[in-house]
Amino acid sequence: MSANDLWRLPAARLAERVRQGTVSAADAVEAGWKEPARLWEADVHAVAHEDAAARESGVRVSRLGALAGVPVLVKDNLCTVDYPTTCGSRILAGYRSPYDATVISRLRAAGAVIVGKGNMDEFAMGSSTEYSCYGPTRNPFDLSRVPGGSSGGPAAAVAYGLCPVGLGSDTGGSVRQPAAFCGVFGLKPTYGRLSRYGLVAFGSSLDQVGIFARHAGDVALTYEVLAGGDPFDATARTSLPPDVSGWDRGVAGLTFGWPANLWKEGVDAEIVSGLEESAASLERAGARRVAFDFMPGEYAVATYYLVATAEASSNLARFDGVRYGFRHADAPDVRSLYTRTRSEGFGPEVQRRILLGTYALSAGYYDAYYLTAQRARTRIRREYERAFERCDFILMPATPTLPFRLGEKTEDPLAMYLSDIFTIGANLAGIPGLTVPAGPGASGLPRGVQLLGPEDGEATLLRAGRAIEVKGEVSRLARDHDQEFAWPTRR
Amino acid sequence: MSISREELARIAELARLDLPPEREDEMSRQLSEVLEFAESLRRLDLDGLDPSVFASPEGALRDDVPNGRRLDPETATAAAPEHEDGFFLVPPIVEDLSP
Amino acid sequence: MAYQAVIGLECHIQLTTRSKMFCECPAEFGAAANSNVCPVCLGLPGALPRVNRAAIDSALRLGAALGCAIQGESVFARKNYFYPDMPKNYQITQYDRPLCEGGALPIPGPPSDREIPLIRIHAEEDTGKSFHPERHGDRRVSRVDFNRAGVPLLELVTEPAFHDPAECAAFLTALRRLVRWLGISGGDMEKGQLRCDANVSLRPAGQTALGVKTEIKNLNSIKSVERGLVVEIARQTAELEAGRTITQATLLYDAEQDRVAVMRTKEHAHDYRYFPEPDLPVLRVEAAWVDRARSELPELPWRRATRLREDYGLPAYDAGVLTEQRELADYFETAARGADAKLASNWIMTEVLRVMRERGWDVGAWERQVPPSRMRSFLGRVHARELPGPLAKQVFAWMIDEPGDVHELLERHGARVQSSSEDLLPLVRAVLEEHPGPVAQYQAGKTATLGFLVGQVMKKSGGQAVPQTVQELLKQELAAKT
Repeated sequence: MSANDLWRLPAARLAERVRQGTVSAADAVEAGWKEPARLWEADVHAVAHEDAAARESGVRVSRLGALAGVPVLVKDNLCTVDYPTTCGSRILAGYRSPYDATVISRLRAAGAVIVGKGNMDEFAMGSSTEYSCYGPTRNPFDLSRVPGGSSGGPAAAVAYGLCPVGLGSDTGGSVRQPAAFCGVFGLKPTYGRLSRYGLVAFGSSLDQVGIFARHAGDVALTYEVLAGGDPFDATARTSLPPDVSGWDRGVAGLTFGWPANLWKEGVDAEIVSGLEESAASLERAGARRVAFDFMPGEYAVATYYLVATAEASSNLARFDGVRYGFRHADAPDVRSLYTRTRSEGFGPEVQRRILLGTYALSAGYYDAYYLTAQRARTRIRREYERAFERCDFILMPATPTLPFRLGEKTEDPLAMYLSDIFTIGANLAGIPGLTVPAGPGASGLPRGVQLLGPEDGEATLLRAGRAIEVKGEVSRLARDHDQEFAWPTRR
Repeated sequence: MSISREELARIAELARLDLPPEREDEMSRQLSEVLEFAESLRRLDLDGLDPSVFASPEGALRDDVPNGRRLDPETATAAAPEHEDGFFLVPPIVEDLSP
Repeated sequence: MAYQAVIGLECHIQLTTRSKMFCECPAEFGAAANSNVCPVCLGLPGALPRVNRAAIDSALRLGAALGCAIQGESVFARKNYFYPDMPKNYQITQYDRPLCEGGALPIPGPPSDREIPLIRIHAEEDTGKSFHPERHGDRRVSRVDFNRAGVPLLELVTEPAFHDPAECAAFLTALRRLVRWLGISGGDMEKGQLRCDANVSLRPAGQTALGVKTEIKNLNSIKSVERGLVVEIARQTAELEAGRTITQATLLYDAEQDRVAVMRTKEHAHDYRYFPEPDLPVLRVEAAWVDRARSELPELPWRRATRLREDYGLPAYDAGVLTEQRELADYFETAARGADAKLASNWIMTEVLRVMRERGWDVGAWERQVPPSRMRSFLGRVHARELPGPLAKQVFAWMIDEPGDVHELLERHGARVQSSSEDLLPLVRAVLEEHPGPVAQYQAGKTATLGFLVGQVMKKSGGQAVPQTVQELLKQELAAKT
């Protein structure tokens, strides 16, 4: 393979060559910036902040670890010392964190090079990456459509080839939904498995850092690098994380739940066909289907939008123009400094959610909204626990629709919120979820399916994702040579 | 459930957001719509269920050892819109809002 | 109409842990502005809190000392409000599930010894400091420093169990003594190590329903708490007697003008939007930890005071003074071992405390100069009447700054105790010669003049005579004269 094609390699292969010395870290890191970024980035706009000098110094200090020389685009809400961290928001314009997030330190320690910050919906509030102060990101498979969100930037970048691995954050589906729209893998780990230290908080009890990659093996590799306790995050689990090294072991003997009541109506026919094809792949690979009904997603959406906005209204209080970021210039007193800074610094969707969350917590409404939602959350967790008594993992849609067009839902918040209907359950329950690309459907747009597992079920999800990736035929060929990724083509 | 303009104003004040009058109706309508949707939770049987408490108690406490990731005053104030001699500067605090 | 005041106190105790409540920054704040800060206590995006075990341990010690019910599970919560000294614009505290519930603190009378029941104790973080606006070019600005932000605090709330401001002062004095005794806080109100807000309402005497209450803030000393309450009770009484009603309000006490001013009324009350802190797990405190906190408690000051009365036969006053500080009580007990306890108590309460006050010493500094064993041998000589009063004071003064035992000190300063008749008789006779008037009075039956004559002999001896011997010699000589 020529240096010009290095960007096509899975991260595992690329790192192997860098460790062997057949490819330089500089070439590995720059490959994606040459051909694919030149072709796509101006139109897709996946990257919010980049800096060639920062990449170079990243290459200089990179180590020969598990991700040696692997370029990674990380979402703009993960703190990095070498790029701005602005959460796609005017209120953090120009902000540079004096510290690296724990997941960033771990990437660097494994030899990865951060190549920039991925575009996102402001403060991760959105499902389309249209609510960014830097303008929208577009879907490389169809530039008139959204890449999903809120981690649309890293998802699109991994899809078009800027880098084999990206990091996002997933509070209600913000990794799994854009992964589905961009035809890549997207993992939301078990709550507490990846440190949140340095992830700018949205809904603290729901937020997890998530991984994008074009191949199941690269998700596993990156998970191994990132997972584990962190003395700086009290919610990070200190016990040993699940061993995902068996991601390629196949699914023989596993059972998967098939809650078909969830897609009886309101789900795009292409998504349903993607589900059926995936189920068939799993069955061919030796897994068994268990059909049952599952709680409709509307309850989860209602619960989620109360819990997440309540936590967000408090988490975002710190953006006040005093210690960092944007400040309204001539406020006469501190109170108007707050109000003007926040009104000018936050976009309309963020303001909407702060207001909703403030309402849900305010005196007289706390019991009816926030407390009720937290109790409903317990109920939802139990539903999942019960389901996992009957199967090893659940197969279901990641999204009800194929990627929608830019502007299609920005005026209707509730419709936008309902596009998360299949993903938010995992955040409420704290369980892992994996979006698996099921290949393009009749329209040529990517179709993603979602796998959900019990707590610490990451290994099972990756085995199943791998089986779908190779279409259920875990042949010797598929094992030895990674499937070629279904690249987007210019249209 | 719908939010009145007065309630919206109270909430906006609590959140330190300034809602221009031309956006009030739209915001009030959008929030009411979400809250109405949230009413669906009343149909769920929540009897005997405790609210979810999520964080795992595994690594809850840390030892009382100073150092960690202390910043010097220059770094601490580097990102501040206005600072001087290591202090953050803010417009006058005219009303005492401390609890 | 007669009114009864009903008062509840809310106290904040700043803990002397090494690091802050939720991060590893040193819990000191004398340093340069914003030099003891990190991403956590500065509220930087992405930073997360972690609970300091030592702060919880301090809370357990205080809870155990006060007989609180310590909760195996308690929950941190966010209290949301905007203020420039609050880095996150919320404070991490505890709300509906505090660490300690109930308990009581004994306070001495007047009017009588009693126990003040408590509602709760919980742990939380302190705020930073914002300063009064000052000129800055063509406008005014406030400066903000976050060194104090995140320093651990315990909040202690009493039942509304006080009726008299003096009792509140006694409570705070007792609380200050206790936190120092346990070594968890400096307890100095002037330095903000102990802070107190007071809630007060009035009701017609004999009625049980509570009246409308006001809250008084800015009470920066025990005296201010007492004065602020006196002033506010007088204000409320005047309002009620004029037929007006009390408005629920938060007031600031101005110590200079000795009056209260309204800070805000109920319409501007806060809506803190408390909810469980999602960044912190439920705080689990195992029974073994609570047991250890209980078993490692020192003998508590009020129990120690009782024991000093019982074991040493000390008056209540002495026991109170000696148990103001644990180190002082320890010093007393070591120094008084095998000595005259009351004598030891007298010397410590008057002379030792006076020297400490004059020199700004704590008990430790005193102890380094005069270890208890040295004090004990000194007291032994005084008790055996081997050191006359004035000479004893002189020796005591030498002892503070010089090494050596009593004998060595006397030698060094060329002082000696004059106790033999040969030494003293010439002095006695000289005094009788010089004061014929008092001698005549004595012989006329006014025996009280003997004291005067003893004093004269003592003076002549340069304080080195033993008064008992002088007295005997005087009596003997006076008898011989008749």
